[in-house]
Amino acid sequence: MPESSLEDICSSSVECRTSPLRRFSQSSLQLHKNPYSLSTFCTEHNVQECLSHISQEVSSLGLPPVWAESGSSSSEMDVVAVLNCMYDLIQLHRRGLRTLENMEVEQLKASSNVDYLQLTSTRLKEQLEVSKRENTGLLERERQLQLKVKSLQNCLKNEKDEVQKLQNIIASRASQYNHEMKRKEREFNKLKERLNQLLVDRKEKKQAIDVLNNIGRADGRRSLWKTEKTEAKHEGEMYKTLLSDYDTRQRELLLENAELKKVLQQMKKDIVSILSSKKPMLKDDKHQDGCTQADLEEDEEFIDSSKETVELYCVHAREKLTNSIRLQWRRLKSHVERLDSQASLAQMGESKNADAVSRETHEEEMDRLKLEIQQCKDFIQTQQQLLQQQLSAPCDEETASLLSNCYMLQEKERLGEEWKTLEEQRKIFERERRNFTEAAIRLSHERKAFEEDRATWLKHQFLNLSPFADSKKPQMSKSKSAFLISDAKACAVSAPERLVKCPSDTISPTPRRAPLTTPLTSDLYRTLCLIPENSSTKPKRKTEHGASIEESSVVFNGNLPAQLKEWDDDSSHKLTREKKSSI
Amino acid sequence: MNFSEVFKQSNQLCKVSPDGKYLATCVQYRLVVRDVSTLQILQLYTCLDQISHMDWSSDSLFILCAMYKRGLVQVWSLEQPDWHCKIDEGSIGLLSSRWSPDGRHILNTTEFHLRVTVWSLCTKAVSYIKYPKACQKGIDFSRDGSYMALAERRDCKDYVSVFVCDDWHLLRHFETETQDLAGVEWSPNGCVLAVWDSCLEYKVLLYSLDGRLLSTYSAYVWSLGVKSVTWSPSSQFLAIGSYDEKVRILNHITWKKITQFEHPANINNAKAVVYKEVERRPAVGSDDLSLHNITIGTSLFNTQSKYEICPPPVQIPVIKPDPDRANPKIGVSALAFSSDSRYLATKNDNMSSVVWVWDMQTMSLEAVLEQTSAVRCFQWDPRRPRLALCTGNTKLYLWSPAGCVSVQVPTEGGFQVQSLNWHCSGDTLILLGKEQLCLCYMDTDQEDK
Repeated sequence: MPESSLEDICSSSVECRTSPLRRFSQSSLQLHKNPYSLSTFCTEHNVQECLSHISQEVSSLGLPPVWAESGSSSSEMDVVAVLNCMYDLIQLHRRGLRTLENMEVEQLKASSNVDYLQLTSTRLKEQLEVSKRENTGLLERERQLQLKVKSLQNCLKNEKDEVQKLQNIIASRASQYNHEMKRKEREFNKLKERLNQLLVDRKEKKQAIDVLNNIGRADGRRSLWKTEKTEAKHEGEMYKTLLSDYDTRQRELLLENAELKKVLQQMKKDIVSILSSKKPMLKDDKHQDGCTQADLEEDEEFIDSSKETVELYCVHAREKLTNSIRLQWRRLKSHVERLDSQASLAQMGESKNADAVSRETHEEEMDRLKLEIQQCKDFIQTQQQLLQQQLSAPCDEETASLLSNCYMLQEKERLGEEWKTLEEQRKIFERERRNFTEAAIRLSHERKAFEEDRATWLKHQFLNLSPFADSKKPQMSKSKSAFLISDAKACAVSAPERLVKCPSDTISPTPRRAPLTTPLTSDLYRTLCLIPENSSTKPKRKTEHGASIEESSVVFNGNLPAQLKEWDDDSSHKLTREKKSSI
Repeated sequence: MNFSEVFKQSNQLCKVSPDGKYLATCVQYRLVVRDVSTLQILQLYTCLDQISHMDWSSDSLFILCAMYKRGLVQVWSLEQPDWHCKIDEGSIGLLSSRWSPDGRHILNTTEFHLRVTVWSLCTKAVSYIKYPKACQKGIDFSRDGSYMALAERRDCKDYVSVFVCDDWHLLRHFETETQDLAGVEWSPNGCVLAVWDSCLEYKVLLYSLDGRLLSTYSAYVWSLGVKSVTWSPSSQFLAIGSYDEKVRILNHITWKKITQFEHPANINNAKAVVYKEVERRPAVGSDDLSLHNITIGTSLFNTQSKYEICPPPVQIPVIKPDPDRANPKIGVSALAFSSDSRYLATKNDNMSSVVWVWDMQTMSLEAVLEQTSAVRCFQWDPRRPRLALCTGNTKLYLWSPAGCVSVQVPTEGGFQVQSLNWHCSGDTLILLGKEQLCLCYMDTDQEDK
């Protein structure tokens, strides 16, 4: 509402601004009207004057003169001119009337606007009043609340003071009380002393024992004199009882300890068996794969060593045992937790299950999406290039564009394929590398274990001339480690095979296709005289890719065997031989 | 379950000899010794005045009768009825009298705790121990009888003296870190001495036999502290009942708290069995009741009250103590381990009608016995995990892990059980009324009915 009224006002003001000329003319007309209505303007006597006056007036109004002075018939009027003038005047008058009407309407509008504005202003004033009142009310309340807060704060402070005071009072009273107590007790003791003295001194009613005949001691012995010897004997007996108590307690603790150790051992065994049975499952988990394998071997090592340690009660070994238990327990716990979470997810339904997949699938998805993004980017790039091509080569011929489109599509497809194969290769290489590093770690562990085994075995050889029981354990661990080495070998052997296979599969198509396709397109372009700028670069880039792949593979082949050689210098010759052959 | 006829006694002085063969009772100034199995009077001794305390010597050969008002102690021999011994403490007065563990010495505490007089019956020798402290439990003998711990007070400081009971040689003497020592108690194996402070301060100190401080335990400060202390028979646990209505259990290796037993007014523990004694008023009519009264002697198990098992939650009646009065009736005042250390029975003073039984293996509440009136006394069977309690009415109550039973004592004239004592074999219970006593024989083959 207020906006519309404002507009009205604006429009009216605009009209007002345009009208002054009209208004002026109107007013002049009215001026002319009034003398006409009051008295006769023209008489026979003053025709000339009137004429001149009118002509003046008319000319002042900007109309053609009614009466031309310069001429022969100076006194005669030009009727046509007069009529025209009259007509013009009438027209002017009408227009004036019209504008007057308009002005009136406008004024009406304006007055109504003013009314409306006044109304709104009063209303707003009322609102202002109300809000002012509210404001004052709120201010008052705030003030009151602040007062209340202040009083409460005062109260709190007073209370705190009171508490402090009371605490002080209590403390002082307590100390006073203690003091008094001590004083009283001293007095009491003095009195007791005195009483004791008095009673002892009193003769008439003394303490007495009246026994018919003395009885023997319960143990049948005679009482002994108090000597240094008896004192020493008492001390000795006291320490004897204490010692026996500690002895029994220690025995109990030993028993308990043994029991607990047994439980621990049992638990460890169980955990190891559970974990080892779970190994294949765990292997699927990429993020855990690396550590668990190595740990398991360590644990197995611990079992062997712990068997000895329990018997030997070696502190260090015991620590090891507890540590390994702790480690395994933690792993078991995490496993159980994971199982729990999986179970709960399974319960929640398939839709959620899909959401909350484990990290590795997440990562896979991420990789896939990244790949897709890369592809899309490439696609966009090619499209842009195509567009530029079209713009730079403004050949309107349909055939040309069609051809170029065809060419681009082809190129793009090939590029996409190449990209994919490249990605696959890269992944494979990554996996291979990981496998190799793992194998290397395992091998080093094996080597260490083997070294230790050998050392212990040698020690046993040295220490025991007839190593019946002890020689068994190292042998066992040796056999285990041997098995693991062979396992690792198998792994290592299988890896290079794949490595070799992959390049032959993936890289070969690109060079093969390049000679097949590039001449075709170039020929086409040559024949059609449509050689765009990029067409020459495209195949080039592709070949570059091919070269880089070959390079990388070469680098890879060059790097890895070097590493491998380092690892298995002394562990197995077979491995190197096989690798060399494969490379 | 059988009951003997009722005998007279006074001052609730009635004790079975340590070997379990004899029953000594005091009736005014007479001492009566009976055979436990036949209840026939074997000996009758007449003392010089009304007996205020009576006790057997450890070898069951002598009985001491103390007459505190006269400051006199008389000792009687069971083997030689004409043998007599009279100890006169003279004008110094007598406060308490007790046997030494060897049964050949008598320890008398004089009035105002001026000193402890040790009288030897073998040599008539007398020795004094000065500065004994007047407190809750100032003297304690180790279970094997070789050592005595005595709380002392000198120069406003607390001390503990350890004596060898054999020849009263002072073995150790040490100051304790207490404000106001309230009690000493040996562990059953005699190697650790528990010392606790007065209720103003929660403090329990554990000393080795050789006087070393093993550990100090304090659960809280400022409010009233220890009310009762008990060792488990295995010396494995030390139970401390306190004014905060809790029992704290310390272990014997680290002397740290293992657990604490709370006594809530609202029992929500689903594992604990709550037995509630319900009095059955026979609303059958007075004829039937009179008939019942007549035949009561024959129908032993026809009790007028029975236990009902209440499902949790159970609300226990609580009496709010007057905070302005000293020694408020709140907190755990009675603690008792069963002989096998398996169970612990406790009583919280502001829930006087309830006895709590805790399982020490699971460290949890085992059973709650809610009686209709305040529990006067409870005691464990020295052989079996069986708890006997009385509430000052005509019934005897027994709890065992198998269940709970209330038995009407079938005597005429309203025998009200004020206190009870187990015979050392665990087969017989001595029930003490105000002026009477009665023996209760357990059926050894079919108990816990």
